[in-house]
Amino acid sequence: MNSKHLRTILNVGLITGIVIFYMAVVGLVGAFNERELIRDYLTMSQVMIFVPALVGGAWLANRELPTFTKLVGGLLVGLIAALPVLALTYVAYHFDVRDIFTNIYKGLGEILTLQNESPLTGSLILTGIMMGLGLLGALMSLLPQSLRSVIYSAFITTLLVALLAEYLNTILETILEFFGLSDDLLDPFFRRNTLKLTGAFTVFGIVLVVNGITTYFGKNIQQGFKQLPAATRRSANGAGLVLFAMILIILPWVAGRFLSDAMTTVGLYMLMGLGLNIAIGMAGLLDLGYVTNFAVGAYLVGLLTSEGPQGIGGDFFNLWLAIPLALFAAMLTGFIFALPVLKMRGDYLAIATLGFGEIIGKLANSDALEKYIGGAAGLKLIPKPYFFNIEIVDPEQFYYVVLVAVIVMLYVTWRLINSRIGRQWTAIREDEDVAAAMGIDTARSKLLAFTISAAIGGVAGAIFASKVGAAFPNSFTLLVSLNVLALIIVGGMGSISGVLVGALVLMGLPEILREFSEYRFLVYGILLVWMMLQRPEGFIPSTVARRERGEDVAGLAGAD
Amino acid sequence: MNQFMRRFENYTWVDGIIDAIRVAIILAVVIGTFNTLVSGKYELRTWLNLIVAGLAQGSIYALIALGYTLVYGILLMINFAHGEVFMIGSLSTYFFADYLFKSGFLNTYPLIAIPLMVIFAGLISTTVAVLLERIAYRPLRGAPRLVTLITAIGASFFVQYTARGLYGSDFRTYPRVDALSADYPALGITGGNIGLGIVEISITQVVVISMATLLMLLLYFLVERTKMGKAMRAVSENKEVSTLMGVDINQVIMFTFAIGGFLAGAAGVISGLYRPQGISFSMGFRPGIKAFTAAVLGGIGSIPGAMLGGLFLGVIEQLGPNLILDGLGVPGPNQLQDVIAFTMLLLVLIFRPQGILGEKLSEKKA
Repeated sequence: MNSKHLRTILNVGLITGIVIFYMAVVGLVGAFNERELIRDYLTMSQVMIFVPALVGGAWLANRELPTFTKLVGGLLVGLIAALPVLALTYVAYHFDVRDIFTNIYKGLGEILTLQNESPLTGSLILTGIMMGLGLLGALMSLLPQSLRSVIYSAFITTLLVALLAEYLNTILETILEFFGLSDDLLDPFFRRNTLKLTGAFTVFGIVLVVNGITTYFGKNIQQGFKQLPAATRRSANGAGLVLFAMILIILPWVAGRFLSDAMTTVGLYMLMGLGLNIAIGMAGLLDLGYVTNFAVGAYLVGLLTSEGPQGIGGDFFNLWLAIPLALFAAMLTGFIFALPVLKMRGDYLAIATLGFGEIIGKLANSDALEKYIGGAAGLKLIPKPYFFNIEIVDPEQFYYVVLVAVIVMLYVTWRLINSRIGRQWTAIREDEDVAAAMGIDTARSKLLAFTISAAIGGVAGAIFASKVGAAFPNSFTLLVSLNVLALIIVGGMGSISGVLVGALVLMGLPEILREFSEYRFLVYGILLVWMMLQRPEGFIPSTVARRERGEDVAGLAGAD
Repeated sequence: MNQFMRRFENYTWVDGIIDAIRVAIILAVVIGTFNTLVSGKYELRTWLNLIVAGLAQGSIYALIALGYTLVYGILLMINFAHGEVFMIGSLSTYFFADYLFKSGFLNTYPLIAIPLMVIFAGLISTTVAVLLERIAYRPLRGAPRLVTLITAIGASFFVQYTARGLYGSDFRTYPRVDALSADYPALGITGGNIGLGIVEISITQVVVISMATLLMLLLYFLVERTKMGKAMRAVSENKEVSTLMGVDINQVIMFTFAIGGFLAGAAGVISGLYRPQGISFSMGFRPGIKAFTAAVLGGIGSIPGAMLGGLFLGVIEQLGPNLILDGLGVPGPNQLQDVIAFTMLLLVLIFRPQGILGEKLSEKKA
């Protein structure tokens, strides 16, 4: 072990320690203290302290080092990473800095010493665990790659199941009830909405076995499936699709009100993501004022159907009639706002659209237009829509409205990608000058991208207004645009499945994990920077980006 | 005449619409101003006071705008997180200022305490700006502009919500400096206001403007008279050639971020003295965007441009609501100050992206 190795170890250890320190100081560790992952054994806070140590050990072991150095290094990484944490513990116990740093207080010290009665013993135990985990991470790297990924994915799945245990428990109970079984069956695995140790091991074991089979025999299974007659394969695929559709349809009734509401929000963001993806992902136009379209849709529904003083109300207009009108209104505003910015490129376009969004937000909030759109109080008393004779009130019912809208828009964008105009957008995204030289009317194509993208946002806004029953200017801030931007970037620019997954993860998780919602933008910020540095094509890259991967910055290349 | 005709050679319907917008806006400004002035609703005194307030606010914008312009001049990137660099300086220094206030130092020795606060904020903002450059921007040097812009947006989230995690989400108020609101009978100053006949200026405004001017003079000296400044100018002119001449580009870029950060932090304290309320983690976004507007307005990449643009934007923002909107009969015009600023941003981006003093950077080096 020479000095160069030591320096590597020191670097990795310090970075790991700073990560944990940072999470503790901004309050992430404290916020998750109440969330028990495994009953009586593990809280989310502890995971946040421990997982970095494990990752740090594995990260170190990924370097070119002798095996022995790796193992000792793993231990040392754990030790070095513990130092900033110990220092923080000391400060939390002995100094009163809460007036400045809101999240450093005695409670944090207690979390960092694992609620041990004596802070000293607790600190020692923590250091020991972190060293052990560093060693474990280093040891893992000695395993063959395939086995390692099987274990890691089992580990991550268990964590996810534990995080979502509350909802899984409810869903499983509903299913058991449906089949007439007693929910006592769940007792060994869950207690009061938390995973038990037995449950955790069961999940870990199941995922390990299933993953192991698919990893080591996956090729055989795939080949076996390919050798089946075409008709059988088609019907198998069809059966899969039907099963998926059935799950989507029964989901709200199994999942309950709270999850349905969360799903509806996710669906609305999926809609906006699909819409903005046309501008950003397909045509390379970074639109930071997308919320304008969402607001136009919402306000139009408000104006047409609200029973309040500004609305037309009455029997004639309802949501179903208002949605197409909202679509056209959003198209029109999208068109008008796009005109002056057509000649701008790249970053100036982004800032200009951001300016538009802010102006519209300010105007909606001001007295200047209060007579027409209600000022800061917004438009209220938007009636709920009727589906034949059923009034759509509950989140479980709105879920279907959103589901249908998402499916329709999915079809639309899917058709657009490989259409003539879709190809034109790709060409413009890759190089505008060349596209123009090839005879593409770039102004017209860009206008179309803006208008179609705006239209989808308008539909989302219309449904949103009807769901909330009101349109307040405060629901339409820049943060909405940036949410949508983040989900597209993380999912993968230009990739439809990327948008869906991005919305599910970035919008769904904060809805479900309430402690997390305060930190969502912190995490988005880190994700955006990290994605741009490491995976600019997103987690689920589009086909084009996948083809280009390994080359320079795929998907965005030439976008400026 | 020839030049005038050339403008119409490639004239499309899009140009027609843009010209129509141009005419409509000029008309609105002229009619609004005319109506207001004819109605005589406001005295000359009001206008002058608004202009002074605008100059004070504008010099704060100018300080922040310098950070945008310095970075853009060298890296051609919009450092979207610069507003947050301003915020972190201002918010962090609040606690220092509060400590100075409670220990009595602030009001006993204001002439020492205020510069100390400026330096404190400057150092914090410098650290954050340099760290951002090192961690987020440096690995992406030469990447497409949208990639760096998105990174900068992410970085701005990161700084903003880190500040929230550290300091909480409360709104804070900078402590009052008695010296700025005291009576100085010998100078004819009562309650911190200097009466100059027709116009009334507060000591705070004088301090704000003179501190900003001092910092800008220092910057000017730094860029024009020192070796580092020469290196900065060389790098913004041509990176490759300046490398050949022995300039360490990384060092120069880091230094640029550091200076921009220092000015933003200083602006944070100055702004805290001028408008003590509303110090919180979310205070950086609007001044950030407005300062960017100022930078583009003056011509991004140009240092005198940023100063001029800041002052101009500050004044327009103060005058606009009463002068233009009131005359057009818009109710509650003073709520629309930000709308005036953002409209300025759009107008500059649409009609004159090269700004007042700048060359056409936006297209030339694109």
